[in-house]
Amino acid sequence: MSARLRWRKFVSNFMLGLTGVCALVSVGVLFLILGYLLYNGGTSVNWDFFTKLPKPVGETGGGMANAIMGSAKLLLAASLIGVPIGFFGGIYLSEFSGSFTASIVRYAADLLNGVPSIVIGIFAYSVVVLPFKHFSTLAGAFALGIMMIPITLRSTEEFLKAVPRNLREGSMALGASKWKTITSVVVPAAYRGILTSILLALARVAGETAPLLFTAFGNRYWSNGWTQPTSSLPVMIFNYAVSPYEDWHRQAWAAGLVLLGLILIINIVARTILSRGIAVPRS
Amino acid sequence: MKGAEPSLGSRSFLSRLASGDEFARLVTLIFAASVVLITVMVVWQLWTNSALPRHKFGLRFLISDVWDPLADQFGALPFMYGTLVTSGVALFIAVPLGIGAAIFLAELAPPRISDTLQFFIDLLAAVPSVIYGLLGFLVVVPLMRTVIFPALNKPLGFLPIFKGPSYGVGFLTAGIVLAMMVIPYIISVSREVLLSVPRDQREAALALGSTRWESTWKVVVPFARTGIMGSIFLALARALGETMAVTMVIGNTPKVVASLFAPGYSIAAVIANEFTEATGDLYVQSLFELGLVLFLMTFILNGLARLLIIVTTQRGSGVGNG
Amino acid sequence: MKRVASLVVAVLVLGTLLYAQNHLVVTGAGATFPYPIYSKWFDVFHTKSPDVEFNYQSIGSGGGIKQVTEGTVDFGASDMPMTDELMKAFQDKRGTGILHFPTVLGADVPSYNVPGVTGTLNFTPEALAGIYLGKITKWNDPAIASANKGVNLPANDIVVLHRSEGSGTTFIWTDYLSKVSSEWKSKGASINWPVGLGAKGNEGVTGLLKTTPNSIGYVELIYAAQNNVAYGAVKNAAGTFVKADLASVSAAAAGAAKDMPADFRVSITNAPGAKAYPISSFTWLLIPQRFQDAGKREAVKKFLYWMIADGQKDVEALSYAKLPKEVADKEKKAVDSIQ
Repeated sequence: MSARLRWRKFVSNFMLGLTGVCALVSVGVLFLILGYLLYNGGTSVNWDFFTKLPKPVGETGGGMANAIMGSAKLLLAASLIGVPIGFFGGIYLSEFSGSFTASIVRYAADLLNGVPSIVIGIFAYSVVVLPFKHFSTLAGAFALGIMMIPITLRSTEEFLKAVPRNLREGSMALGASKWKTITSVVVPAAYRGILTSILLALARVAGETAPLLFTAFGNRYWSNGWTQPTSSLPVMIFNYAVSPYEDWHRQAWAAGLVLLGLILIINIVARTILSRGIAVPRS
Repeated sequence: MKGAEPSLGSRSFLSRLASGDEFARLVTLIFAASVVLITVMVVWQLWTNSALPRHKFGLRFLISDVWDPLADQFGALPFMYGTLVTSGVALFIAVPLGIGAAIFLAELAPPRISDTLQFFIDLLAAVPSVIYGLLGFLVVVPLMRTVIFPALNKPLGFLPIFKGPSYGVGFLTAGIVLAMMVIPYIISVSREVLLSVPRDQREAALALGSTRWESTWKVVVPFARTGIMGSIFLALARALGETMAVTMVIGNTPKVVASLFAPGYSIAAVIANEFTEATGDLYVQSLFELGLVLFLMTFILNGLARLLIIVTTQRGSGVGNG
Repeated sequence: MKRVASLVVAVLVLGTLLYAQNHLVVTGAGATFPYPIYSKWFDVFHTKSPDVEFNYQSIGSGGGIKQVTEGTVDFGASDMPMTDELMKAFQDKRGTGILHFPTVLGADVPSYNVPGVTGTLNFTPEALAGIYLGKITKWNDPAIASANKGVNLPANDIVVLHRSEGSGTTFIWTDYLSKVSSEWKSKGASINWPVGLGAKGNEGVTGLLKTTPNSIGYVELIYAAQNNVAYGAVKNAAGTFVKADLASVSAAAAGAAKDMPADFRVSITNAPGAKAYPISSFTWLLIPQRFQDAGKREAVKKFLYWMIADGQKDVEALSYAKLPKEVADKEKKAVDSIQ
């Protein structure tokens, strides 16, 4: 073997080894984050955290019960806004529309997807908060719901399109109307993918903070109904993390652990559902 | 594949109406149209709510570095600078790491390991911004002050970009945190693009006597070059719009400074900090105009990204004669 | 699976509907300066009147003024009295006037994190102005060292901290600096800072101060005290170095208490008197003159009466000084005028 060849082989092995290091480092970041959260927040995730309200500034103790409830309400309401629009819009794109309308809608969705979340926040402030003169859970849900639309729309369209043509044709041949075909054949065939995308969209907005700053605002107590400001986990993490109080730092780590845990669980569940295949379910 | 039209030929309007199809079509059309409506509203609100500063400052807004609410002088330069610098630093770190990892996942790792690692990378992409901010503020900032700054400043302090002092927060810290956030995007897309390069490209190179690395670096990667560029643009678009992680570690100082250790500001961060209290129409509308600028930046980048990715994957998935 | 999901949704919806019953929520926003005492007060008041909740968000005085003017919150809070223009803007927008109600007295203290310095540093007005102008850049500068003989000040660069958002605490600080330094021109809540890093809220500045060696920042007294952060004494108008505490802050208000204007807007920085702390200030709740909602109006009035009397008992524990008696009496009459 010539010296030159030996050198080239060495370079090859070295560079490829380096890529392995890159992969390790990249994946390692995930475990670094989880590790820090577990280490710093693990012990603080206790019963108080889930059941108590925040204490006055400077006093230790208390919890984030209202923030957890607030986040839950925000996500519920956001889904009620974002999922129907994305789902039915996706059905339109896949089943009914001509290619010109479809491309316009798709383009709009892509545009919306690219809008930075802080800009969505100021948009929601000017169209929901100002006219109604209220910071509210609804305003926050509106902002989050808008962010869910592009994900659910594109995914619904993709998964519906992936359903084989002959399924549709078979149904029509049996005399079913188009809509009946869609509801009893096409959508059920694609339901795994659609469910996955809804879960992923939910996971995406569950962690969003910026749009909530000017819409849901914040609340030290339980937020009643839907027209009051509400606390939320991401905003609490933000406020507590940059504060000087050690107790608040501890709670911020705990909240981070809970939030990330929730998001990761949703992601894992979603991907497991998808990986089981998009076969037509029997039942 | 287009939306499935019934292959039985178009039915008559009345028959469609009777079966509820027309109604269904209308209802779903309304939902789809609402997407367009919302998008239009967002852009329109950004435009109309920034009318005052646009008329008062015109294009000077983009080059003025004075942000003085008391004197009613507003300029976007420090924020655009900060946004671009932090994103640039992020890419500088994330691109080599990301492409390297993507090469490993696409070319070297056995499929099961590649899929498992990709799964973890996808989870990394799901971590919210505020948690990166939490980690950044409580972990990276002290690290910057105690480890990274001395390591870079002692040998390289003569360069303007590495001039001290360091406060822990600053452009470099924000860039590092952003890099962690955008790596998953570069890896995911690049890996897909690399995987779609036809086998015969690699095999031809190897048959001609190249080493594994040579065939990867000199043949496969260039073939996927456009798609990888697309992933970089995508990552950049994400980095530009990041709010929480940046505002917690950038130092919130609207100044244009060469040193990476200096504190700075970004568009998203200043909107987050000052929006709820901007009194006076010019102030509020200047913040809206900043939002408009940011939107335009991400809009252009996203468009380019999509174009590049589509071009590559289409080319790759065709028969390998390119 | 579907059943469980719909059950969960039903429970949530029902729960929120049921809970929406008889709780009155009054939302306020504003200054971070008095946030510790406000959060304590609202907590205590809630136990006394469980059917009312005062939800206060500390976003900075600028935010308080803006949001109460927009009407998105029911009341505001600010350490900076609203200017005539701002009050007129409120009148124009909301069709009624805005009233200022002083709540407590507090102080901006120059807190610092200097390695090796554990005691109290003395700051002259010239030193503080020079640091914040960016003219004095090292801790061992003669301007600082001359007032601190015997203290080993390191030759490190000073890291200046200020607020990133519109802040009443900033207003108090800059108001003071503009009175004692001819070079310091800007006065206000949101200025063009010559040097320094920005942080959000008194909380953010204290947080950054704790983690940044060689830093100096201006924060409300309780934030420094609650977080074991060192803060210095300032030379007052009479020439004595005074550290902020209940006595020195009350002394600063003594003169103003007698001549308190009817709208309660007054500045007490650089007050005369040998014992006065020169960077003291009142802080105000911004209450609209007229309320549409009768329930909210009654709740706010009830709270204000309570705050002026019983509420003052809680303030000293958090290092705020009580309202002078003359001011409290005048305020009681002003509360009556809320419609």
